[in-house]
Amino acid sequence: MIAELQRVTKRYGSVTALNGVTLRLAPGQVTALLGPNGAGKTTTVKLLLGLIRPTSGTVALFGADPRSLPARRRTGVMLQIAKVPETLTVREHVHLFCSYYPAPLTVEQALIAADLRDVADRRYGTLSGGQKQRVQFALAICGNPELLFLDEPTVGMDVESRRAFWQQVRALAARGRSIVLTTHYLEEADALADRIVVINAGTIVADGSPAQIKARAASRRIRCVTTLSPETVQHMPHVHGVRRDGASLEILASDAEHVARELLMRDDGLSGLEISGAGLEDAFLALTSGKSAGAATTQAESAAAAGGVR
Amino acid sequence: MTTSTVGTAWTPARAYALEAKYELFKLLRMPAYAVPAVAFPVMFYSLFGLMFGGRAPGGVSMPTYLLATYGAFGVIGAALFGFGVGLAVERGQGWLVLKRATPMPPLALFTAKLFNAVVFACVIVLSLSVLGVMFGNVSLSAGAWVQLAGTLIAGAIPFCAIGLALGYFAGPNSAPALVNLIYLPMAFLSGLWIPIEMLPPAIKNAAPFLPAYHFAQLALGAVGAGLGAPAWTHVTALAGFTIVGVALALSGYRRDEDRLFG
Repeated sequence: MIAELQRVTKRYGSVTALNGVTLRLAPGQVTALLGPNGAGKTTTVKLLLGLIRPTSGTVALFGADPRSLPARRRTGVMLQIAKVPETLTVREHVHLFCSYYPAPLTVEQALIAADLRDVADRRYGTLSGGQKQRVQFALAICGNPELLFLDEPTVGMDVESRRAFWQQVRALAARGRSIVLTTHYLEEADALADRIVVINAGTIVADGSPAQIKARAASRRIRCVTTLSPETVQHMPHVHGVRRDGASLEILASDAEHVARELLMRDDGLSGLEISGAGLEDAFLALTSGKSAGAATTQAESAAAAGGVR
Repeated sequence: MTTSTVGTAWTPARAYALEAKYELFKLLRMPAYAVPAVAFPVMFYSLFGLMFGGRAPGGVSMPTYLLATYGAFGVIGAALFGFGVGLAVERGQGWLVLKRATPMPPLALFTAKLFNAVVFACVIVLSLSVLGVMFGNVSLSAGAWVQLAGTLIAGAIPFCAIGLALGYFAGPNSAPALVNLIYLPMAFLSGLWIPIEMLPPAIKNAAPFLPAYHFAQLALGAVGAGLGAPAWTHVTALAGFTIVGVALALSGYRRDEDRLFG
């Protein structure tokens, strides 16, 4: 394991940011921590980086204390909260960060990898938003780390920059780098990750491949009292799982309305019909609703209108 | 990915050197720091130190006396603003959090800021000395020059420690105001602007509670115009302020580790 949380709880005063989370990250994978704002994604990353201490439980990075320099020399970080000093040039920033690592990229390699060669000698303060984000990316990769943390790396990027950024992340993953990224876009997690860990209200609510997560995200739970056997229901289209619960059946289905219609047609005596979210839905409401997608597009468009796109 | 091949084993020395170099670049490119840090002591010394001649307490000329105290004034300002305001701003912006997540040698940033406070101290001391010699007829023995310059430059250290503490407790926006509110009254009450002997007795009696007083007395001792307490008492007092500053900064650092955001 390259990074590990063991039954970790983190409280800030009376606020529980993370509640008994266990998470193991295998090498060579791109893992997306997906969840709405305030779910505990950034807290997870900060714990793994040793920036904050767990209230209870243990955290390990490369089998060591995450605050140890040997562990940190193997990681690179892009944190959404950081504002980079504005009076140094891009090249100077990268040069300094390279000196922290034992076997870094050359400054030139890092500038090329982050597509910054054209603006290398400009001061950070004069760059556009997208360029600034690429500088932070360059600072994360310039040490040639085995493990890369990207905290909300594409927030505020327009669609084009986001796609370009995804290419850079994929290129690193193809070279065997392990990557942990946080995002509140299911689309982004789906595009980049081998594994998606959904976090909501401080707990892990789902963990699986993008295909598994997407299927679960779209599912809802149907409860009813019926004479139909679980085996019959299991074979209906759009049904992912059936469980007997006393007199009722509990059915997990991706198209709940279709399945409910089918059930009612086949069983005249069906009663107690209920359809509810499948647990994941709460977590995804903020992620997959048209609202957040629309907001992202609007943001991209206004950035483009303001000349923020190169 | 090919890596730059380094012939020798990696050492943190380069990180320390580059950190200091780029900290200096940052300060030089920030007129709001670099200009007042040097211009204020030069201006004050020219106005108050050189225009009034005559004798100062302790028997030395006024330009000689005020060279020591305005030198101390300048060094304190460079240290408090470089450390206190610089740190508070970068802390407030989350930049220090990112730095902490990197394998930067933990003390590199602080030694870099200390180095810069010393660089600015050297520039200030040199500027005031040149002015004093050229326009104020300041004349000291070689030994006295060395002692004065050495005292003034070394005096940056305790004020860097105090600045460090301020940097961890001041907000990024309130830091400049807070530092000024401490710096300017302390300078006056410690006798950096007007010789302490000319101030009311109440101020004179309270001055030993201020670090700037002890610093000024050491600098004045170098030109033969101190109040006469043994140098070790001032050095001990400054060492005490240094320890308190570092301890406060450490507790601020720990507190930052557990904040919700930051």
